[in-house]
Amino acid sequence: MRRVGPLLVERRITPPRSAVIGVSALAVVIALLVAAIIFWGYGVSPWQAYAAIARGTVGSRDGINEILRRSLPLILCGVGLTLAFRAQFWNIGAEGQLLAGAVAATGVALFAPLPGPWLLLAMFAAGFLAGGAWGIVPALLRAKLHVNEVISTLMMNYIMIYIVEWLIHGPWKGATMRGFAYSDFFPAAARLPWIPGSRVHWPTLVIGVAAAVAVALILARTRLGYEIRVVGQSTDAARYAGIDFLRVIAWAMFLSGGLAALAGVGEVAGVHFRLRSPTHISMGYGYTAIIVAWLARGSPLAAVFTALLFGLIFAAGDVIKVALRMPFQITGVFNGLILFFLIGSEMLMYWRVRLAPKGERWTGRAGSSER
Amino acid sequence: MLANDRVTLELRAGEVHALLGENGAGKTTLMNILYGLYRPDSGEILIRGVPTQIHSPRDAIAHGIGMVHQHFKLVFPHTVAENVALGLKRTPFWAPIRVVERKLRELSERYGLPVDPGSRVWELSAGEQQRVEILKALYRGAEILILDEPTSVLTPQEATELFKVLLRMKAEGHVVVFITHKLGEVMEVADRVTVMRRGRAVGTVAVAGTDKAELARMMVGREVVFRLSKGKCMPGEEALLVQDLWARNDRGLHAVRGVSLRVCRGEILGIAGVAGNGQRELVETITGLRRAERGRVVVLGRDLTNRSARAVADVGVAHIPEERLRMGIVPGMAVEDNLILKRHHRPPFSWGPFLRLREVRRFAQESIVGYDIMTPAARAPAKLLSGGNIQKLILARELSGEPGLIVAAHPTYGLDVGATEQVRRYLLGGREKGVGVLLVSEDLEEIMELSDRIAVMFRGEIMGVVPAAEANLEEIGLMMAGERRLAPQP
Repeated sequence: MRRVGPLLVERRITPPRSAVIGVSALAVVIALLVAAIIFWGYGVSPWQAYAAIARGTVGSRDGINEILRRSLPLILCGVGLTLAFRAQFWNIGAEGQLLAGAVAATGVALFAPLPGPWLLLAMFAAGFLAGGAWGIVPALLRAKLHVNEVISTLMMNYIMIYIVEWLIHGPWKGATMRGFAYSDFFPAAARLPWIPGSRVHWPTLVIGVAAAVAVALILARTRLGYEIRVVGQSTDAARYAGIDFLRVIAWAMFLSGGLAALAGVGEVAGVHFRLRSPTHISMGYGYTAIIVAWLARGSPLAAVFTALLFGLIFAAGDVIKVALRMPFQITGVFNGLILFFLIGSEMLMYWRVRLAPKGERWTGRAGSSER
Repeated sequence: MLANDRVTLELRAGEVHALLGENGAGKTTLMNILYGLYRPDSGEILIRGVPTQIHSPRDAIAHGIGMVHQHFKLVFPHTVAENVALGLKRTPFWAPIRVVERKLRELSERYGLPVDPGSRVWELSAGEQQRVEILKALYRGAEILILDEPTSVLTPQEATELFKVLLRMKAEGHVVVFITHKLGEVMEVADRVTVMRRGRAVGTVAVAGTDKAELARMMVGREVVFRLSKGKCMPGEEALLVQDLWARNDRGLHAVRGVSLRVCRGEILGIAGVAGNGQRELVETITGLRRAERGRVVVLGRDLTNRSARAVADVGVAHIPEERLRMGIVPGMAVEDNLILKRHHRPPFSWGPFLRLREVRRFAQESIVGYDIMTPAARAPAKLLSGGNIQKLILARELSGEPGLIVAAHPTYGLDVGATEQVRRYLLGGREKGVGVLLVSEDLEEIMELSDRIAVMFRGEIMGVVPAAEANLEEIGLMMAGERRLAPQP
């Protein structure tokens, strides 16, 4: 215990949920305050900027639809990442896994002669398998050869980015695209329906929320989920308990990669209707999802809500570009600031601050009686 | 947490003062305050009658207080003299090590602490490293020397040597504070003893005017049954057969060198030895956590050499691991989740790919009551539990599956008297039920009290196996030090 003026500061072993939520919210607010300095430096009044953003996002029906549309890939990637993060497997590769899903879905959409709804179903299935396979590779590398997964997942993103580039410039270059680097448009049966009056491809939303619930159930109520939690908390205890590290990590990464890939299927089938440049398909959703999962503290259900927060930031980026004539890349600054303050505030959750009781005697300088 | 509650301790010049108490009684906290590592919330320290503020170990050293921690603070690749010189003020600019070495030889001579100042620390045994720590304190002019559980790393012979050193220091007018939870050592070496219980000093008595039973009473607040009743050993089938087992340690060196052992059902085989002589690797090889390079492990009639840890556990081997916190539990997970570790994949706890949470909860309630595990809730993370309760959790889990063999590594290490007694009862209870027990422990007293037969391990080899009834402490000590070896038994 430490005494600072009239306050007592104590360390606690497990932070209560209220502290987690409170401190995280505080970190986001501070990040927005710091971002205000950037607006100010750009010659835009922060007040006006935030007012314009509020009007353009949460303040209108179109704005809300836009938030939702931007959130869809983040929900799926974020939920998938919570699964990997709970196993303490630092999957930085959601971006590549998402693109793997987009590629597989495009392949099915363009070349599989399937009737009606079967086509979309096959696209999602193929996407999931492709992303899962892409995710398993770093798991195998880690378990068999001790390759650091941060490096391998990150590097595999670039491999997938160039695979997509090669496809749209080479074999899948659309005959109808007048030499531009796009694939052909998908047939109508391979396009996801929108919520009327918006561009929100609702089947992806349904899948995302269902995935969040399913992952929550897997973690809490299945053998696999239990083993993922044990591996994540203590590899030594897992070894002692006879848990097969390779099997658990491979499953976690198969599911994590598969879910990120569903986001990629959603983007090509619900927004672009063709395969195009990786930066247009994803806009860094796979990376932002890392923050989504981190902010959700590994809870798949909370990831749905944190995904909405970052959907809001992406939507705000559009407003900033159009209404304030600032670059869209400002969203990257927002994301960076939020992640920075979140990680920085981590230790605050472990401290409890309260008023010292009046009667307590002042006993010298800040002393520590912890063991 | 309140670790020391209005403690008064008075030390006299020229005495060995034992600080006796169970683990968690606050002994180490008290000494850390004296050594300037912690600050007291209230109270004062008087040295030679003068109120003194000790803000840091540097202050403590300046006031003539030295401390030898339970875990040594030495730089392994450096020489003894370099370790002593580390952080020393006022060393001469030219050839400082030469000066330090000369003074070290002098001190070694004077106190009977033979160490070569030029040898590197990693070459030294635990006992020699301890001497370096003591010399370090003496070099800095320590008048009051605090030793935190100094015998925990020593062989009986080394402990006897240490006690001689303490007597010599006493004769030179030093004060030695000797932290321990072993009654025998208090009786042997201390002049006076202060007993601590739950952060309070229960009392200070002269050793000459007391006995073990009284001290034990003061320590736990009630009578402790010392000799657990041990029935007659009934050798039945073999629970464990180890033949010519070889295994390497993490550094790739042979740590287990041709070990052969036999544990019957209903028998406790104790493995005595100073830590680091291959016991850990032996246990890990038997329980499927380490590869055997050569040899055979047969458990309950089944050859399990180099089978997975899960296969070994499923056959009915309970493993009480040495590193409770690192291996035995998942600290961040709930007590109820920890209770099914290792059995989570089998009925009744799982059904296909699903966990049966109701069964998990029922089992948790049963275990918490049955094993008297003190926990705020079944859902509370296991890291909130005290050491004794963590061990009870592990026992509840490991003994619940009706094991045929229990492999227990240092099962009472660091536990208080109450919990120790309980753990030993469970091991003996298993033995009564016909379970074979392989008990690895550094605590010779424990080995002597519980085992039917005692095997001594030194540098990866079994130096001999003797029936506990015929064993004497001195002979076992000699085998632990590698000085004696018995002809191998069939």
